[in-house]
Amino acid sequence: MIASSWLLVAFPALGALILLLGGNRTNAWGHLLGCATVIASFVYGLAMFFADSFAEAADTTVYSWIPVGALQVDFGLRIDPLSVTFVLLITGVGSLIHIYSIGYMAEDRDRRRFFAYLNLFVASMLVLVLGNSFVTLYLGWEGVGLASYLLIGWYTDRPSAATAAKKAFLMNRVGDVGLALAIFLMFKHIGSTSYAEVFAGIGDVSPGVVTAIGLLLLLGACGKSGQFPLQAWLPDAMEGPTPVSALIHAATMVTAGVYLVARSAPIYNLTEDGRLLVTIVGAFTLLLGSIIGCAYDDIKKVLAYSTVSQIGYMMLAVGLGPFGYALGIAHLLTHGFFKAGLFLGAGSVMHAMNDEVDMRKFGGLYRKMPITFATFGLGYLAIIGFPFLSGFYTKDAIIEAAFGQEGWRGWIFGGSALLAAGITGFYMTRLVLLTFFGKQRWRETTSADGREFHPHESPPVMTVPMIVLAVGSVAAGALLISGDTLAEFLVPAVGELSESDHGVLPHALIPWLTVLISALGVLLAWTLFGRRDTPVERPANVSWPVRAARKDLYGNALNEALVATPGLWLTRFSVFADNRGVDGAVNGLAAGLGGGSGRLRRLQTGFVRSYALSMLGGGVLLVGALLAVRYS
Amino acid sequence: MLSIVVFLPVVAALALLAAPGASDRVVRWTWVAVSALVLALVVALWIGYSPGASGFGYETQVNWIPTVGSGYHVGVDGLSLPLVALTAVLFLSCAVYSLRETHRVRSLAALFLFLETVCLGVFVALDLLLFFVFFDLSIVGMYFVIAGWGHSGAARAAVKFFLYTFLGSLALLLGFIGLYLAASPHTFDMLDLTRQDPMAGKGAVAVLVMLAIVVGLAVKTPTVPVHTWLPPAHVDAPAAGSAILAGVLLKMGTYGFVRIAMPILPQTWRAYAPVILAVGIVSVLYGALVALAQRDFKRMIAYTSVNHMGYVVLAVGAAAMLADTEAQARQLAVTGAVTQMVSHGLITGALFLLSGVLFERGKTYDMASYGGLARQLPAFAGITAVAVFASLGLPGFSGFIAEFQIFTGSIGAAPVPVGFALLGVLITAVLFLRAYQQVFLGPTKTRVAGDLTLTETVAIGPLMLLAVAIGLFPRFLLDVIEPAASVL
Repeated sequence: MIASSWLLVAFPALGALILLLGGNRTNAWGHLLGCATVIASFVYGLAMFFADSFAEAADTTVYSWIPVGALQVDFGLRIDPLSVTFVLLITGVGSLIHIYSIGYMAEDRDRRRFFAYLNLFVASMLVLVLGNSFVTLYLGWEGVGLASYLLIGWYTDRPSAATAAKKAFLMNRVGDVGLALAIFLMFKHIGSTSYAEVFAGIGDVSPGVVTAIGLLLLLGACGKSGQFPLQAWLPDAMEGPTPVSALIHAATMVTAGVYLVARSAPIYNLTEDGRLLVTIVGAFTLLLGSIIGCAYDDIKKVLAYSTVSQIGYMMLAVGLGPFGYALGIAHLLTHGFFKAGLFLGAGSVMHAMNDEVDMRKFGGLYRKMPITFATFGLGYLAIIGFPFLSGFYTKDAIIEAAFGQEGWRGWIFGGSALLAAGITGFYMTRLVLLTFFGKQRWRETTSADGREFHPHESPPVMTVPMIVLAVGSVAAGALLISGDTLAEFLVPAVGELSESDHGVLPHALIPWLTVLISALGVLLAWTLFGRRDTPVERPANVSWPVRAARKDLYGNALNEALVATPGLWLTRFSVFADNRGVDGAVNGLAAGLGGGSGRLRRLQTGFVRSYALSMLGGGVLLVGALLAVRYS
Repeated sequence: MLSIVVFLPVVAALALLAAPGASDRVVRWTWVAVSALVLALVVALWIGYSPGASGFGYETQVNWIPTVGSGYHVGVDGLSLPLVALTAVLFLSCAVYSLRETHRVRSLAALFLFLETVCLGVFVALDLLLFFVFFDLSIVGMYFVIAGWGHSGAARAAVKFFLYTFLGSLALLLGFIGLYLAASPHTFDMLDLTRQDPMAGKGAVAVLVMLAIVVGLAVKTPTVPVHTWLPPAHVDAPAAGSAILAGVLLKMGTYGFVRIAMPILPQTWRAYAPVILAVGIVSVLYGALVALAQRDFKRMIAYTSVNHMGYVVLAVGAAAMLADTEAQARQLAVTGAVTQMVSHGLITGALFLLSGVLFERGKTYDMASYGGLARQLPAFAGITAVAVFASLGLPGFSGFIAEFQIFTGSIGAAPVPVGFALLGVLITAVLFLRAYQQVFLGPTKTRVAGDLTLTETVAIGPLMLLAVAIGLFPRFLLDVIEPAASVL
């Protein structure tokens, strides 16, 4: 089965091709084909998972892609525990979200094209995780960026959507430059870009270069995964349809940065500085995301910052190196379930509320939408780390590992992860209270465009995927973590999971400390939002921390100051130079000659003059040369 | 065989001029048929290509002006065959695109067919004098295209184009004569000159000769700071003229680098390679930044050509800086440079034809006048999106293959400056997405009717298909380029 694993990519790629080239002829059944191709990949992945053993990485070459001298890049796939895990996540969650989209996009006249883009995304994402070299990874990496661009900008008539799509692509490109440079350095110092040869040769490279490669890869990871300082695009990406937010901007694509670090484990194992910076980025981002998440009233943006924060946990984990690769991947998987479920729940609410996203205009929805409420509630419990649900296992494991570091690192990394767990409890409780509980704050009349709407439960084609994901949110953590199932499965790809026997706090204490801190967050949210009514209008007069959080903790301002403004000045300067400096001088010359030729024109009309001039000049030179030769 | 391919178009052009009775319709279809025949012959050449001991295939040598040691010497190798093929493809695309043309069709067809011969001639010439004649005639041909079929400012732009490139070609001729004089026996034959290495140990003379040649080629490429003829020429040229100008004529400059400057002046080229590299990097960044500021769609694409051709210059500069121990990286950079020439020809050729479609519909290149075209013209928006992403170097398209090789090969020569040039990739993404958003997304500003017509699709679609084919399966191209690149 491994030898034909290219089929995994081929199914959705073919789907995208048929739907894009087939055009409107495929409208009637396009969505069904879109679902079928992803389900086919999922089934193939499952069959492979059960039929094959993954004790060793199996590389298969599909064809020779860029063969030039020493640079032999094959389009090849690597089947190992890490890639298979991702294949199952991508195609599994992907199938559910494709099915959900049949209902969610039912009224969009371009639904067929939507499925084409989703298929394109799945195919690219599979190339990203299956590729057996950094160049094939890069192919998928930019492919998912393209799909993300197309889908964020789906509602083309909204200027905000187009701007968000552009912002996402460009901030990702900043990261991509880092990734590309890392690949160039690999070729320069190792002479190859394939995983097998890079990992075999990385030991002979000087430590400084290894660290540089590690940091450049991290830059790429930060772009794709919305980590500081490249986090600002992810909340804006919520302009896309909600299934897109669930699949691309929560469950799969944005975790690609974590995959990249885990995949590059042999590189990061050699650079402690590189790992430390990954950890710092993760720890900082998980706090940043959770704090901003408290300030938004837009249900999708709260979830988006929650994603930023949760990926921060994963980054923190993989930055711990052998202590955390498997933990990061485990949290990535459970997060894939519960965050996709939460987003689909949010989509179901929006579907019912005429695409309203302001939570201040929700309230009391649990009566109208029982299934959505129940599935969302399970996802909520999973993310805040309610005992024995998914988050409890996978997030706590990361907090534990962070506290397992020595000295100040243990305190800083563990402390911030623990604090953010409390904040997560706060903002998620706030979200649930504002949306599902309290008084009804919407007025059941007509919407802005004159359509009547009545909050209602979504059709089964949408609720069934939500139920499946909710079940996953409940059970996945216990399955993956108990008995170290996942960690052992991943050994061939990322090595043994080390457990630290020292650390700054006793291990047994940490899970319960985490539960306690989270409970405090929940309690605080309940005091503020559960016991009193929420105003429909957003309070304007608030304290500075809230103001700062509402402004994304000045993330955009930072980007503006560091990148956009200097870029603008540089552009203006270049244009000025182009008009005045270079062209000015040339124009002076041209004006002189043009004036001369203008005079000439009066004598010789038409274009002949130039031609004659050309031949004349050439002829004079030629004759001169001949004479010079003859008489030299 | 090669000579038949080269001169077939000009014979057809003469035939068209000699048959004044033919209707415009017949003229147009004859033009398309001849271009298609040339392409078919080039494909046949490609299939039958097997380079001989000299490294060249289809070599022909006839004494032409024996007194000055110049002969009709033509042939193709891995550096030129891809460009010959590109030329044939682009001229066919332009012929198909021009099926709509009604203004002085006969002259236009004859002129384009003449230009096709000239362009093919530049790439197959193995004699400096022959090269120069074709090189010079290309300027003349393009001058008439811009002046005769261009937009309102065409006359002025055409003069600027002519003066600039003509002065450049004079410099080139001086350099060639310098080479000729230094050779013993005197010759203009490129292969003889390569064997002789006439400038070895000539000091200042060698530098002057190289300066003349490099300036001549740099004007044509164009690199900063001698690029300012390009934007007005493009803006005022007709769409098909722009496509040929950007797609084929610019390549003559960079092709000259790899065909003439690098092999015939190896020591001097190496000594001054850092300068070439710097010019390349400046062109990359400067071209991108100035393009970023443009409000005129076509002018913006013109400046991105400065950026994209800058990668080629960067690569040939870096290649010469790499020591012999890094021959592999050098070969990679040169292969990337040639791939980039082909890729840029396809993608930018398509973008210029698309800008012609835009002008046709909206009567302006000003991007601010458009908005929301994606809803009104979905097919046009779709194919433009493909071209835009191809041009900003998305993997899966030819541009990525080329730029990836260029950077991978060049990074060893000067890691920090070359890494800096990578920012050009970022800026290109900014400018293209911004332009795309303004023209195609957001609320509708003007109502425009008429999505892509069949001829437009047939003219532009294959260029994009080729870009994808090279992006995904570049082997057929790389295997041809690689052997020729490895001897440089």
